[in-house]
Amino acid sequence: MAGARRNLPKGNKPLSTVAERIAAAGAGNAIELRGVSRLFGALAALSDITLSVRPGERRAVLGSNGAGKTTLLNCVTGDFPPTAGTVRFFGEDVTTLPPHERTRRGLRRTYQISLLFQRLSVRDNVYLACRGASRGRFSLIRTRASDAIMQSVADLITLVHLEQVADRLVGELAHGQQRQLEIALALAGAPRFILFDEPAAGLSPNERGDLVAILTALPPHIGYIIIEHDMDVALRVVESVTMMHNGRIFKEGAPRAIEADPEVQQLYLGGGHG
Amino acid sequence: MALSETGTARPIGVGGDALSRWFSDHAPTLLLGLLLVLLPAATTDFVLDQIVGWTLVLGMIALSLMFLAGYGGMVSLVQMTVAGLAGYSITVLGASSLPSISLFWPWWVAAPLAILIAVAFGTLAGALSARTEGIYTIMITLALASAFFYLTLQNWSIFNGFNGFTSIPAPIFLGVNWKSALPLYYLILFCAGLSYTAVLYVSRAPFGIALQGTRDNPRRMEAIGFNVTAHRIAAYAFAAVIAAIGGILLVWLNNQISPGTAGIQATIDLLVIAVVGGLGHPIGAFIGAFIYVLLRTFALDALVAVGLDGRRFQTIIGLGFLIIVLFSPDGVIGLWRRWLARAATSRRGTSR
Repeated sequence: MAGARRNLPKGNKPLSTVAERIAAAGAGNAIELRGVSRLFGALAALSDITLSVRPGERRAVLGSNGAGKTTLLNCVTGDFPPTAGTVRFFGEDVTTLPPHERTRRGLRRTYQISLLFQRLSVRDNVYLACRGASRGRFSLIRTRASDAIMQSVADLITLVHLEQVADRLVGELAHGQQRQLEIALALAGAPRFILFDEPAAGLSPNERGDLVAILTALPPHIGYIIIEHDMDVALRVVESVTMMHNGRIFKEGAPRAIEADPEVQQLYLGGGHG
Repeated sequence: MALSETGTARPIGVGGDALSRWFSDHAPTLLLGLLLVLLPAATTDFVLDQIVGWTLVLGMIALSLMFLAGYGGMVSLVQMTVAGLAGYSITVLGASSLPSISLFWPWWVAAPLAILIAVAFGTLAGALSARTEGIYTIMITLALASAFFYLTLQNWSIFNGFNGFTSIPAPIFLGVNWKSALPLYYLILFCAGLSYTAVLYVSRAPFGIALQGTRDNPRRMEAIGFNVTAHRIAAYAFAAVIAAIGGILLVWLNNQISPGTAGIQATIDLLVIAVVGGLGHPIGAFIGAFIYVLLRTFALDALVAVGLDGRRFQTIIGLGFLIIVLFSPDGVIGLWRRWLARAATSRRGTSR
């Protein structure tokens, strides 16, 4: 919050109300990007992105391949820091924080290609995610089955329907099961905001139904950004949509308005296809 | 050791209450432990110190490498150096035949200080290499090991150069002379058993599971809230404690230390021990050490018996290493697990 105060506009006309001042600092938003750019060599994967997502808001980020959607998530999580601009998480400037520090503040993400611990069991994978969000990460004392954390682990495994394979090594799981586990890892601890990167990729229609059920059943205070090519999934689980094109924000609006927008249809849905 | 079931991860915290299950799970370990405790009654001092003693001490140092490489995916070639530094420290701070260098502090000051110095060095080496992966970790740690080797070789004021130190007494406490064969054997057995148990226990504690997480996917570990670099450095510190104790025991067992103790050859031998035994389970370090000690002790005689130069025993070790790595990249443990799996399948096949 100290960082928020530092970035108040100077020299401009004074901001009168507290609400105005909070809004100016972006402190009222869960995610607040200001002028974020990311270059890969000469290629601008992101150019001057300004984006605000309220706490509890569910937002889809759509766009064709190469539009910069995943780079956007990487800049928010700190996997790749932005080349320019600031990233705020619940008002705090996290632009230069390493990924694990952002996670400890309640930010979570899933990956487009499952990034799991292949040689550990499903239970160990979820356990690590729960442990990473709590204290005792360096503990040399074994966790007992009766510890509270093991109950959270069991609950998360049940939530994503992996009870049957809980003690199997992740490397042995089917693709769909790995995607489910990917989501369980992001829900561990006390998430305040989650970034989903194509969670439905490679899922069967049944599994997609489960996914939609899990996303819509999340507690209302947990907001998320979802990148998804499957419109049936994406537009059913969000209240707002950001369209990206060539590393820029192209349009923002409600799902219906975006779907009906002729420009969007032309560009993304292939004209009348959706 | 329960080798058969370590391949499938055991659920966290399961089975703490059932004593009988604990006994059946650990039956092979307990049996081996009992055997080692009773061994002095059935064998000579030569076997105790030169075979089993060496196996356990080298096994401990290899165990520190196994912990880093097997659980952390970090092949650190600096573990023999950590042991060597602990060994040199105990001779310089404690007693040796060189009163011009040794400080002759009592063992209960010298030994903890020696461990502290070696652990500080091991942790620093970890801090230098923790941000690297794979071949670069190997190169950085190998560079540190070579630097230490040449330092001991060329420095005469502290390390006594090429000659090193001899006549290093083991301490006398509780009225026991720990230099004599039997007490030294039990001291080594106790330390080795403790290190083995500690590694096995920690591998299922939060710290150890997280270390395996950094091995499988460091990027995801960051994303779920772990500081991967700090975790790796802590692993180096933990491994260094085991290597340092091993280094002190090595000096007490060997009665001398010189640059070769932690030289390049010894560094590579340690890697061979750990890989031949298998990095998949802590017992692999001791199996590898046992094979190595047997070869080193008897290959010479065997070679001479068939009319070859006895000094070719290193060739035998090298060939053995090649064969194991070619046919079982996960070492003797891998062979054993595959054999168990095959036995289980054929048993199922015949019962049908």
